[in-house]
Amino acid sequence: QAKYKERGTVLAEDQLAQMSKQLETFRTHLEAFASKHKQEIRKSPEFRLQFQDMCATIGVDPLASGKGFWAEMLGVGDFYYELGVQIIEVCLALKHRNGGLITLEELQQQVLKGRGKFAQDVSQDDLLRAIKKLKVLGNGFGIIPVGGTFLVQSVPAELNMDHTVVLQLAEKKGFVTVSEIRGSLKWETERAKQVLDHLLKEGMAWLDLQAPAEPQFWFPALFPELHGQDGNPE
Amino acid sequence: MDRFSWTTGLLDMGETLVVQQRGVRLSDGEEKVKFDSGVLLLSTHRLIWRDQKNHECCIAVPLSQIVFIEEQAAGIGKSAKIVVHLHPAPSNKEPGPFQSSKYSYVKFSFKEHGQIEFYRRLSEEITQRRWESLPTGQAMQVNRDSQAGRIRAVGIVGIERKLEEKRKETDKNISEAFEDLSKLMEKAKEMVELSKSIANKIKEKQGDITEDETIRFKSYLLSMGIANPVTRETYGSGTQYHMQLAKQLAGILQTPLEERGGIMSLTEVYCLVNRARGLELLSPEDLVNACKMLESLKLPLRLRIFDSGVMVIELQSHNEEEMVAAALETVSEKGSLTADEFAKLVGMSVLLAKERLLLAEKMGHLCRDDSVEGLRFYPNLFLTQS
Repeated sequence: QAKYKERGTVLAEDQLAQMSKQLETFRTHLEAFASKHKQEIRKSPEFRLQFQDMCATIGVDPLASGKGFWAEMLGVGDFYYELGVQIIEVCLALKHRNGGLITLEELQQQVLKGRGKFAQDVSQDDLLRAIKKLKVLGNGFGIIPVGGTFLVQSVPAELNMDHTVVLQLAEKKGFVTVSEIRGSLKWETERAKQVLDHLLKEGMAWLDLQAPAEPQFWFPALFPELHGQDGNPE
Repeated sequence: MDRFSWTTGLLDMGETLVVQQRGVRLSDGEEKVKFDSGVLLLSTHRLIWRDQKNHECCIAVPLSQIVFIEEQAAGIGKSAKIVVHLHPAPSNKEPGPFQSSKYSYVKFSFKEHGQIEFYRRLSEEITQRRWESLPTGQAMQVNRDSQAGRIRAVGIVGIERKLEEKRKETDKNISEAFEDLSKLMEKAKEMVELSKSIANKIKEKQGDITEDETIRFKSYLLSMGIANPVTRETYGSGTQYHMQLAKQLAGILQTPLEERGGIMSLTEVYCLVNRARGLELLSPEDLVNACKMLESLKLPLRLRIFDSGVMVIELQSHNEEEMVAAALETVSEKGSLTADEFAKLVGMSVLLAKERLLLAEKMGHLCRDDSVEGLRFYPNLFLTQS
């Protein structure tokens, strides 16, 4: 019995030793790569995208840990983790206005503004990757596809398929009515009202009772230009 | 779109680059075409669009073909656009991607902004019509300085040449970078395969791998960014690194926690710690994995996860249930409170204020009134006035 156990341990030991050696070799390659191309990672969103896609394809997460080789030697980590901080701060600052929902475009605008004139370029792909990493912090970060773009959620509000679908319907004009929901989605009034009420309660929708035909439910996240305080509409 | 011609993208002699912008989509009138994501360059003579993914795909139209231009402001979910109205294509136009088009205008969508500056420069170039005074043609023979063997830079021609060389150099660097990247990924892939095979061995020989070897294996996975193939959990928990990190955090967070009433959300902690570090930042997973070890390492802080999924760090001395009693008093004094109001009164973040009120509700001290005006909490009179 003891003999079998020994052999088992020896096998594992061998493989681990092999991995340790190969790891060192890989580290050297990565170092060489970094000395030539580290700048590229920082400067070029296209390059980052390629890099991320390739890592995903082979089953490697370069952003998993700041202690990983990728972060240590290529500096990818710092780029995305800092972006994470900036995203959190922007979302927090605007939460009172949009209830914790913001379009990816507006988020990008605000983040770029905060980074200043001389900071590196940040693409929407960069933002999405940073946000995916932030999910693990339990603050309710999520990404909702609407129209051709995305809404970023940054609060732990429960948004199910019904809520998402209504948001998608509202995306074109920035608001939606119960009639439109009944017409486009073929729902009963009760279901539409429930979904809209939930979004109102979460502060993601505002109610316009003065609207001509029927009440309109507006989503601040979908019309950032109308807010004066942050100025600079493009 | 039939006014465009294929081009190498190289500037001609006498042609100068004015401005360029990435993230631009090209449309044929109202119709989308396959030119979805590219760099738009404005020179003194032409508008050039080059595909960001495939640099060989490059088309251009002479500025002389432009009748007039308009701006289209950004809309909800839509980027700002510049609309360029063009003369019909001349019969001697070089071949391009489209033989015919039903539109006499094209649209450029600025997905990554930059439209204001671009529009301004484009207007300038169209007004100034510099292409009329700067003749271009096939690349001319350039005089070589016989002594140094360098290309002689003569005024504007020299500057353009240098710009062009720089751009070629950049392009070359980028292709080299991509090549090197592919090679690197091949090697990384080998590491992933090896880790899978080790994981299989571990599974087969259940229990025959020592604690020490498990720790070593996990740290190798950490270095490479490979998820633990055995447990499917992120490699993280249990590595030396996270243990050290947990101890560091206990030191760093003591004072901030005391200043914030003994409790902070994990996102707050993430921002605080990374802002302080400046470099060698922690990944969100690093933070979570370290915090998961706080309790077992008997450190004076602990990780707590609320029903909503919100994660917080609390001082061991902090007792949320006691805080609930205080919250009940506050709510009773005011009759009723929303999370926002409570947060303002007590000086907490709205997120944590809400969690405290929800906990109080869970413990039966508060009742909710959930209306479109918001979520409001009242003392639970059913409990106190039985």
